[in-house]
Amino acid sequence: MDKFTTLTGIAAPMPLVNIDTDMIIPKQFLKTIHRSGLGKNLFDEMRYFPDGTENPAFVLNKPAYRDAQIIVAGDNFGCGSSREHAPWALLDYGIRCVISTSFADIFYNNCFKNGILPIVLPPDAVEALMKDAENGANARLTVDLESQTVTGADGTAYPFEMDPHRKHCLLNGLDDIGLTMEKAPAIEAYEARIAQSQPWV
Amino acid sequence: MTGTPTHSGPRTLYDKIFDAHVVDRQPDGTCLLYIDRHLVHEVTSPQAFEGLRMSGRKVRRPDQTIAVPDHNVPTTPDRVVGIENPEGRIQVAELDRNARDFGVNYYPMNDIRQGIVHIVGPEQGWTLPGMTVVCGDSHTATHGAFGALAHGIGTSEVEHVLATQTLIQKKSKNMKVEITGKLRPGVTAKDITLSIIGHTGTAGGTGYVIEYCGQAIRDLSMEGRMTVCNMAIEGGARAGLIAPDEKTFEYVKGRPHAPKGAAWEAALAWWKTLFSDEGAHWDKVVTIRGEDIEPVVTWGTSPEDVLPIGATVPAPQDFGGGKVEAARRSLDYMGLKPGMKLTDIKVDAVFIGSCTNGRIEDLRAAAEVLRGKHLAPGVRGMVVPGSGLVRMQAEEEGLDRIFTDAGFEWRLAGCSMCLGMNPDQLAPGERCAATSNRNFEGRMGRGGRTHLMSPVMAAAAAVTGHLTDVRELMAAPVDA
Ligand code: SF4
Repeated sequence: MDKFTTLTGIAAPMPLVNIDTDMIIPKQFLKTIHRSGLGKNLFDEMRYFPDGTENPAFVLNKPAYRDAQIIVAGDNFGCGSSREHAPWALLDYGIRCVISTSFADIFYNNCFKNGILPIVLPPDAVEALMKDAENGANARLTVDLESQTVTGADGTAYPFEMDPHRKHCLLNGLDDIGLTMEKAPAIEAYEARIAQSQPWV
Repeated sequence: MTGTPTHSGPRTLYDKIFDAHVVDRQPDGTCLLYIDRHLVHEVTSPQAFEGLRMSGRKVRRPDQTIAVPDHNVPTTPDRVVGIENPEGRIQVAELDRNARDFGVNYYPMNDIRQGIVHIVGPEQGWTLPGMTVVCGDSHTATHGAFGALAHGIGTSEVEHVLATQTLIQKKSKNMKVEITGKLRPGVTAKDITLSIIGHTGTAGGTGYVIEYCGQAIRDLSMEGRMTVCNMAIEGGARAGLIAPDEKTFEYVKGRPHAPKGAAWEAALAWWKTLFSDEGAHWDKVVTIRGEDIEPVVTWGTSPEDVLPIGATVPAPQDFGGGKVEAARRSLDYMGLKPGMKLTDIKVDAVFIGSCTNGRIEDLRAAAEVLRGKHLAPGVRGMVVPGSGLVRMQAEEEGLDRIFTDAGFEWRLAGCSMCLGMNPDQLAPGERCAATSNRNFEGRMGRGGRTHLMSPVMAAAAAVTGHLTDVRELMAAPVDA
């Protein structure tokens, strides 16, 4: 997994609330057995017309936002299906950070496994950043995970909260499985205890 | 998302199950939680198995890992000869291979026990009270009906559980949803769960594990309880659960993987301690009177867009904040005008099935409404049993004949139209009364329009050709 330390990039505004994972990556693209290659179908049904041509009204098709690395989104981003294809598609497109007032639980978890930073900010901060983002390519936001701040185009800094364990893993690009494997003795002890007390499990 | 810390005082059911599974606890509250059952399907697992192979890891507990293909298996009888769609075929073949190579429990596509993973788990007795159950699928919450802590995980977490049989978790907060009193005739478990989401919103449960309780929940069958817990995720919760009781034990007893003999007695003794203690702390409480719940349908493209069937389509201005734009977009997508009566909405298709409502009781209830009746002209209908065993049971009871006589297609088990990954899809603009759980844009097929409702309400819409209050068709009260 790639580290996440700081990021300065273009932010695309998506004010819609409840953007679900079916919108982020529709089911017809879930038939892959790989993690990569999903970026071209990110937001597929909003981004393309049924005939496959681009919908120029969709934010990521506008010249100013094609290289966006950040999305500023409405409430409850990533709700719906648990598909990790959603963060895979975002990452493959080049999105490394999503800012919203709230995220759906599983999506939020999935982001950290893929080096994407989901940031929760209060509604007025998201609103201000959304306005910034609507200014197009001028809207370069800076995200600094170490100091836990998002800095808008006008220099206003917004602090955000972050779980220390997740922060540590993101900053260092650490893989959870390796870390857990080091706890094998504790897992074995648990299994031995349950084999005694609850043999039916 | 800090949660209630572990304490020695009165605990909730969720506290008890969580505490019983902690392998390791860090000072910041991050826990390593032991997983008792890991369910696996073909769509969210290939990359996880690939990850294991690449790092030379094994599945730690193949005996506690259960795999079944469901999401993109065709449901037409010709599937015995193979899957036509090449990508779907590859995914199912991958699952075959991974199940074999890693030695996990497996129900292949043409096994009679195959079906939707959340229906197969309980049916085979894998899901037991007090367990932790995970699956790379958000509707894992279904298993909470047994008083198990069950939730969906992403593919990286699937790989983590395969390799270590544990999951890194922080405690969620406790939320109690109480449904008091009795349901009125024609009102079902689906109406309960949709009404709750209509009440709390799709983010209302974010950060919480919900325990459903109250007389109306106690009165539900296990099937009904699974329907309620199934949609905990649509309410934003990590999991939903219901304390086990005699109905739970009765359902579990004798299932292939349920404990037997002395082990059964020992298990039962523990299961009977699985309830929220008097005085346990709740971070949020929602109470709804069972008598106030009506048969409901969704009108928009979010599961929170719920209204009683007697209502009219709302206007975007009825909402606030970002929801105004979302409602405008929904109405446009759904092709609806504010002010129109919900019962004037015509349907083109009816889908009965999914992990929400694909169990035998759902089929019985729908069949009861359809007995001796026929699909309205121009409406197509499809019934997709949740598992091969549900299908067999329904055939033994003659339900298949009621459906086919009514003009429905009678399919093999799978997720089918619920997410339209297999060929079962809506055409653009086609409108469907569905018993599934998501009405998102494009969920059942690009441009397809979904109205969520109970099996009896879907059956009623099938007969009249428009959204209908099932109570108008009921000769005798429908038992649900
Ligand atoms: S029936 Fe639908 S919701 Fe349930 S597991 Fe299958 S696709 Fe998911």
